[in-house]
This record gives sequence, C-alpha cells and structure tokens, in this order.
Amino acid sequence: MKLRAGSTSSLKFYVFVYVAILYIPVLLIPVFSFNNSATPKLPLVGFTIKWYEGLAGNGAMQTAAWNSLIVGICAAFLSTVLGICAARALTRYKFRGKTVASAVIMAPLIMPEIIIAISLLVVMLGIGMELSLLTVILGHLLICVPYSITVLIAGFEGFDPSMEEASRDLGESSWGTLRRVTLPMLAPSIISSLLVSFTISLDEFILAFFLSGTEPTLPVYIWGQLRFAAKLPNVLALGSILILASLVLLTFAELARRRAEKNSHSGGQFQ
Amino acid sequence: MSVTHQAAAEESLKSGSSFLKSEAGQGWLTISPPFLYALLLLVGPLTVIIANSFWSQDYLTIDHTFTLKNYQAALTEPIYRDLLFRSLYISIMVSVVTVVLAFPVAYFVSFHGGRYKGLWLFIITVPFWSGYLLRILSWKVILGYKGVLNGSLLSLGIISEPMTWLLYSTSAVIITLAHSWAAFAILPIFVSLEKIDRTLLEAAADLGDSWARRFLRITVPLALPGITAALLIVLIPTVGDYVTPKLVGGKDGVMIANAIQVQFGKASNWPLGAALAVSTMIIVCMMAGLIVALLYGLKRILK
Amino acid sequence: MNQSQLENPEISNLAMISISNVQKRFGTYIALDNVNVDIREGEFFSLLGPSGCGKTTLLRMIGGFDEPNAGSITIAKEPMGGIPPNLRPTNMVFQSYAIFPHLNVSENVAYGLKRLKLGKAEEGSRVQKALEQVRLTGLGARMGNQLSGGQRQRVALARALVMQPKVLLLDEPLSALDKKLREEMQVELRHLQRQIGITFILVTHDQYEALAMSDRIAVMFGGRIAQIAEPQNIYQRPVSRQVADFLGGMNFLEATGMHAHDGRFQATVEGFGKIRGLVTAQGQDLTSASSKEKLILGIRPERLRILWDGEKADRVVSGTVIDRHYMGEVTNLVVRIDGQKDPISIIETNDFGAEDIPVNSQVRFTFDDDAFIAMSA
Repeated sequence: MKLRAGSTSSLKFYVFVYVAILYIPVLLIPVFSFNNSATPKLPLVGFTIKWYEGLAGNGAMQTAAWNSLIVGICAAFLSTVLGICAARALTRYKFRGKTVASAVIMAPLIMPEIIIAISLLVVMLGIGMELSLLTVILGHLLICVPYSITVLIAGFEGFDPSMEEASRDLGESSWGTLRRVTLPMLAPSIISSLLVSFTISLDEFILAFFLSGTEPTLPVYIWGQLRFAAKLPNVLALGSILILASLVLLTFAELARRRAEKNSHSGGQFQ
Repeated sequence: MSVTHQAAAEESLKSGSSFLKSEAGQGWLTISPPFLYALLLLVGPLTVIIANSFWSQDYLTIDHTFTLKNYQAALTEPIYRDLLFRSLYISIMVSVVTVVLAFPVAYFVSFHGGRYKGLWLFIITVPFWSGYLLRILSWKVILGYKGVLNGSLLSLGIISEPMTWLLYSTSAVIITLAHSWAAFAILPIFVSLEKIDRTLLEAAADLGDSWARRFLRITVPLALPGITAALLIVLIPTVGDYVTPKLVGGKDGVMIANAIQVQFGKASNWPLGAALAVSTMIIVCMMAGLIVALLYGLKRILK
Repeated sequence: MNQSQLENPEISNLAMISISNVQKRFGTYIALDNVNVDIREGEFFSLLGPSGCGKTTLLRMIGGFDEPNAGSITIAKEPMGGIPPNLRPTNMVFQSYAIFPHLNVSENVAYGLKRLKLGKAEEGSRVQKALEQVRLTGLGARMGNQLSGGQRQRVALARALVMQPKVLLLDEPLSALDKKLREEMQVELRHLQRQIGITFILVTHDQYEALAMSDRIAVMFGGRIAQIAEPQNIYQRPVSRQVADFLGGMNFLEATGMHAHDGRFQATVEGFGKIRGLVTAQGQDLTSASSKEKLILGIRPERLRILWDGEKADRVVSGTVIDRHYMGEVTNLVVRIDGQKDPISIIETNDFGAEDIPVNSQVRFTFDDDAFIAMSA
C-alpha cells in the first residue's frame, strides 16, 4: 500500500540523505588521499598523487598486503567449502538438532569480535600454537562461514533437488552429478561466496590484531601507522586502494549473486 | 511431516548402521565439517574463557582453584562497573538510533523499491563491507576540532567557534557505531517487511483504516520480528567494540572491550579479562531478553 | 487375451515389473503397506490416488530413489534391491521436469548419452530423433531456462526416451500445464507410448487423465492398492465406495432384501422398486449371500436418464428437481425421490433438442439393468 505522493517524496528525500551520510565517510578517504596537505582538513589545497607514490617503495606495507592476500584466499576458499556443507545440510535435510547446529555455526555473526578474539588467543597460546597467518586464517574462517552460508543458501534454495535425481536417473554417478549438475548450477553462488568472504577477511581487523603475532595483515599494518601523524596521508592512500578493491570485489559478488538468483528463478518456474 | 521425520531419526539411531543412510544421518554428516569447526574454534575456546574466569593468576602462573574474585572485581570495582554500564548505555543508544533511522529506509526499499530492491540493498550494504578501520578513521577526521564538520560549519557561519564535544566523547562513539552498523539494521527489517502480504494492508484499508492506522496496526506488528532482530544484531556486537572507542572515544568514550584487551595485553591478567568478557556477555544477553520482552508487550498494546 | 490386450496388442503377458509385498515406512508412518502388482511389458499403467496415498513413493522406488523396507521389486526379471537409479533400466519424467537450466535443449537431451561415449555422430542423431519424437526439432539451442511449460515437459520426455529405457516413469507430468495443453499432451503421450511400445508408468491424482490414457489403473488409498483394472472396469465396476467416489460422481442408495448369486444380485430400493445389478465387492460374503439388512448400492448419475413427456420405459422412477447445475455440455440435476433420505444426482446431456428442466418440476427417469452395483463399504 503506497503512501500519498507528498509523503513518498519526503521519504525518498530522507533515504537519499541517509545514503549520502552512509557514503560521505567512505568517500572522504580517497578525497583526502589526493589532497596536497599533510593533515586531512578542509578546504582542499591541491591535487597530488605523492601519497600514493610514497607507498611504492614501502616493504613493510607490501609484506602486509601479501599476508592479507594469503589469509584472504585461504579463508575464502575454506569458508566456501564449509559453507557449501552447511548450506546443503540446512536446505536439503530435515533432522533433529538442525536449529542448534546452525545457531552454533552462525553465532560468530553477532558475537562481539573481541570475545571471539580473546578466547581463540587464550586457546592457541594455551596449546602452544605460534601466532601466525595460520591463526589469523583459522579466526577469519569462523566469521566468514556465516556469510558464505547466507550467500550459498540462496543458491541451494533455488535448486530443485530433482535436478540431481534427474542426473542419477540418466545414468550419472554421484561424483559425476556433483561435477556436471550441482557445481555448475551453484557456480554463481560459489563465486559470490568466495568474493564476499575474501572481502570480509581483507577488511577484518580485531581478530587479525589479536592473532597475527609478528605477521600483520593490511588493517593491522594501518593500525600501527596511525600512531604516526605524519603517516596519515599515506594511510589514506592505502585505505583508498583497499576500499576500491573491496568495491570491485563486492560488485562482482553481487553480479554473481544476481546471476544465481536469475538461474534458480527461471529454473524453478513453470511457464 | 516433522513428527514422522523425528520418529525416523529416533528409529535410525537405534539401528545404528542405517543411521548414516537415513535423512537425519545424511543431514548430520553433511553439516558436521562446519559444525565441528564451530565447536572446536568457538564453543571450545568460549568454554576455556569461562573456565579461566573462575581461576586466578599469580604473576605468570594460573591457579586453577575455583574463585569468584574476578567477578567480584568485574562487578564491584568502580572502574569496571562504570565501563560496563557505559558500554551497555552506548550499545543500547546505538541500536535504538540505528533501528529508528534505518526503519524508513527499509520501508522505502521494500514498499517503493520496485525493480531496484536488489540494487538498493547493494548500495546500502557496500559501505558496511569496506574499510571498517578506515571508516572510523574518517569519522575522526570529520568530528575533530579542526575537522571537516567544524570547518564547514565555521565557514558557513553557523557556529562561531569549533565544537569541542564532537570528538573524543560518548556521542562520537555512538555516531560512529551507528554509521558502521546501519546496513545490519536495515537488512532484517527489510526482510520482515518483505514477508508482509500486501493484501493484508489492502484488507485493512478496505475495512476503513487510514494509512497511519494500517501502519501501526499491521505493518509495525508484522515487522516486529525484524525490528527485534535488528536491535539485537546491533546491540550484541557493539557492546564489545574495541576500535571505535579507541579511535574516537577519548577518555569519556572508553568501553569494556578496551579494558578486556588491557587484561590480555599489558596487564596480562587473563582470569580477570575473562571474567570481564563473560560478565559483558551475560549482561548484554539479559538486556537483549529485556528488549524482546518489551517489544512483545508493545505488540499487544498495538493490537 | 484380456480387455487391455485387445485394445493395445503391444502388451504381452510378461511381467516387466514385479512388485511383491513391498512395504515402506517413514518412522511410524506407513507410506506403502504390502503392495503387490505386476506391470506388463508394453503397458500404459497408471497409479491413481489422492495425495499421500503412496503412489509417488512407489514410483520413486521403481526408479531407485527410495528403497523398500520390506518386499522386492524386479524389473525385466532382475531384482533391483540396492541398485542405484543410474544402473536401472528406467528413466523418469519429473514433476518439476528438472530441466538443467545451465544446459541448452540438446545438451539436456544428450546428458545421459555422454556417459555412453557413442561418438559425436551417433549421439547427435539420437538427440535429433528424440527431439523429433517430441516435436521439438529446431529448439535444440534454446537454454533450459528459456522454455515454456509445455516445452520443458517435452524436453524432459525426450531426455528420458533417448536413453531407450525399458520403463518410462512419469511423475504427475501434466499437472503443471493448463487444461487445454494438458488434454493435448494426454493424446500425445498415449500415441508416443503406442509408437515406442515400452512400459509407461504414470502417477496422477487426476482420474480423467488416468482413464483417458491407461491400459490399466491401480487406485491407491493410504498406502494400499484398492483395485487394479482397465479404465472401463474400474469406472463401472469399482470394488469399493472409496474407489467409486474417487473416480467420479456416484449416487449411494439404501437397499433391502438383497439376494446375490454368481456375481449378480436382486434387491429392493425405495422409489425404484425391485432392481438387478452386479456385485463388484471382492472377497466378501456379498458375492453369494442373502440379507435382510439394509445395504448401500451405487449408481452413476449418467446411468439415469430423464424420460420425455409420454415416453414409455420398463422401469420408471419419479421425483422432483430441487436444484440444477449447468455445466456446459451437461447439466447436473439434483432430484428428490419419495422414500429416499438423500437426493440423487442425474447427469443430462445438453445435446440436440434437449430442453431445460427447471427447478421444482416433476421428472420421470429410467435406468438400465446392471447399472446398480453392490460394492464393499
């Protein structure tokens, strides 16, 4: 039921202001990263790319970037694999304890991260595990899996179980069915899950801060640089690159997700 | 069917080997990798933290005898008590502000989004996924003494001297967190609005309800699960936020997470840190329960 | 030779599928209870029943998607216990059609052939032939998710038939189509089955569909087969009231003074007088018993015919029209008869020269021998 025209346009205005405020803090970072001033403040004084050039020869940053990449790829891959298991179980089977199992798996979504971080820290140090990229990956996996599941469940829900039965009926083995029907049909959701979990891992700070030891990821590196006021413009330049990367990855994830949606909808409809 | 499935599960459990072939067995088998992972890396460590909170620390050695003195410290020492209350206050404020501001947006997307619902959701969620640390940093730049907001307002002549309360204050923490969690509040509200059968509203109109009455008697009660979810989904994680208070909170904006971090860092008193963490969780869960009860009381009144 | 063989000479006496003592439980719920049926080679066999009667479960067991808890299924003399769907000589047309959306029509049809490694030319010609069979020639490049309901159904059919199965299983294949298309496809499926000559097993809840297409029908209720017979027999000689009711309208009337012998009976029905009929109930003392008690007999509404003014007949019953439902080609008259508690319904054909019979008019009607049947309750 629609509002009257006048109310609709004021609602629309509100939404535009809301979205603008949502974006201003994000957009300020690239704006100041091109500003020819050592402190980020208005008015802007002139265009420069020197803060970006300053990043080029920065070995510590490159190491951090490399670390982030490794962590992100591992977390994305493993999270998608675990996500596929969970999404399949949740959409395909009815079983006792399903709610409990899914609640436990999804819990990291709303747990305060600091609590996840310290409990992992205590256990990992307790069993004598050296803090490293591996510990960061293990932590990130915990928070990426719920997002992967959310993305993948949409894919599985649009997936008619008789597709797999049809494949078996036509003579294909279980493995062949997985390869020729299940995975290709889920491909868009899988890609979306990979991209989303990679982005989350790339952006994640608190777990990485507690668990990375001497191998910082990019956000941990940025955190370290914040102590030095003089480094702020460089941080903003690095931040802009990160935001751009996230934006690109998320756009691709969204496109993949839409593709999945389209596939499943027209696949499940009659006429 | 659920009864028969349950019965099937029970029966299969008895017969053991055929359990893995049954639907329940297949389900458990399939979900076990992520489930075991969560048990091992979430439930396990949380149990360890809870155990830790009942121990005590003497220099570098942990004394494993049961004690409540960490909780005594966490709940009675003014510094921790104040931090807990402030964290709770901040996260309640954040969740209420976020949900109130987010509701019209979710409503707009659901009722007026048309073909572009997906695009709207994408646009709204993108800032949430990118640059957690950098967005907080950006707020520091905006809210600072010589920051963007003060600068703009000064040059426009709206204020004659910079506002000092903007940065390094409780309100700075609330603003920054409300911004960070906006998308998280919109999504559950949107989902519950989407589930409302539009003919219900037409029926209410047909029975003589004005827009405002329909909104209060149909839309809000039916969107209540989403509103509740949004409140909790913002309340629970924000209570433990660590970076926002550290960057924009100043002395007045310090939250419990900062104190927890100190116990696991510099102060190195794990049991006390653990007790602080557990207390925080328990209090925030109680708060969450209270909110749910309040909202459902409200729902009765709206009917 | 029996009746269905007279109509369809392809049917042999050989059992293509033997289902014996099959039982299926889901927990405490019994989906199939001791089901026994032989389905012949070349036969168009339908499993008919309301939802939840076990018909789909039985079909899925034949296809290998479910295993019975007890009993056995053999196809072409091979026992099927533990044999997965991919190794069975059956193919299925799914209710949702399950057309792979990421493949085009030709790829969908060729899906099962790929594993047989036939070589490009052989594979291509078989796909072409299958598409011709279902009249989809030229649509091979269309993607699976760009097809109409009718086209999807044809692709599903072609995809199954190209595998040259011994048995084709059809799970409510027409339920997603609109009425007109459904009637067209009934004819087409029937033709296709005659032409190919393999066994078709159709699951449906639509009695007209089953009657129109099948050589034999098994009517199922609550996990049991109530009756297996040819369409005419199952319609005209239902063994129980439940079967009679499911297959179409039936008037149930109280009778007294029953004398039955050798499958026939005599009885008295209030308002109708002394009537004769057939005993269809099986395995009960009804077959050759006399009874003073009240019994329920059945007669189909279209077996009663309104008499014109002045028309003479051997048996005449009179009553009052209390309601009428015009349904296009026929009109359903609701008629009250003196001495009968419930009104009965009479189907009048609106053919050439038919007159409207208004409510409240007095009517006389007649019925023929053997129109009444004595079923089990």
